[in-house]
Amino acid sequence: MKVRVKSHWPPGHIRTPAYLRGKIGQIERRIGLFNNPEEVAYRQTGAQRELVRVRFRMDEIWGARAERGEDVIEAELYAHWLEPI
Amino acid sequence: MPHDHHDHSHEGLSPSGHPYRPDDDTELSYWQVMEIALRELLIEKGHLTAAQIHAQINAMDSRSPTNGARVVARAWVDPAFKAALLADASAASRSMGFDIGPMHLIALENTKEVHNLVVCTLCSCYPRNLLGLPPDWYKSRAYRSRAVIEPRKVLSEFGLTLPDEMQVRVHDSTADMRYIVVPVQPEGSFGQTEEELAAWITRDSMIGVGLPQAPQ
Repeated sequence: MKVRVKSHWPPGHIRTPAYLRGKIGQIERRIGLFNNPEEVAYRQTGAQRELVRVRFRMDEIWGARAERGEDVIEAELYAHWLEPI
Repeated sequence: MPHDHHDHSHEGLSPSGHPYRPDDDTELSYWQVMEIALRELLIEKGHLTAAQIHAQINAMDSRSPTNGARVVARAWVDPAFKAALLADASAASRSMGFDIGPMHLIALENTKEVHNLVVCTLCSCYPRNLLGLPPDWYKSRAYRSRAVIEPRKVLSEFGLTLPDEMQVRVHDSTADMRYIVVPVQPEGSFGQTEEELAAWITRDSMIGVGLPQAPQ
């Protein structure tokens, strides 16, 4: 399944790396439900969020600067940062 | 022969010619003060004892890459264990008797076509509960930023040049998972026992910046 990382720039304890925001990748695997670090950092206990691993091609992230476009980066992202496309 | 030079002053040097290390008497940083204050409060209020804190420090210091090497070596000799490791690396590590606490571990298998590399761009997440403390370079800004932008160049600086046709997979440890690379077993090690194989598996090969090495 293809997803796009939301290009949001809120303040706070965000575990979505800046270099992946706005980028499109494929879900590699779904890991399960985890506490949301954006809330945990402020001692809030909201609903748990689904954590998924997403695979991105290097040329999607770095464009022509990529060493080799077919290489990939995989990262764990919380579902509320992803939108299906 | 660095100690045979007599064309410079030995003032400020030890009798063997080395500079004395300056005393570590700078002011404590904000976070060092916070750590001391929190630790002393926890002890004063009876939540923890100093002995318990030091027991935890000792437990962490006793963890080392040899734990991970034993896990990888078993995966090399036991296909059923390897399948279990790739399905749930936490459970597989615990089944070998390693106390990894609540750590969620994912094992990444290198193949002839794929090379895996682990980094934490946001901080310094590392599978400490299995491998012990990370090397200093793993926490450096240079490694953390460059590993995702130019992993092949970074690997070449570690002495590992990968063929173009091989895919590099960089794993950014952004959240709750920790990662261990299962390197490809070198041909020169085929037929060895699990214990002998563990000696081939270096810390760097489990981070993905190196390959297994024949024991010296």
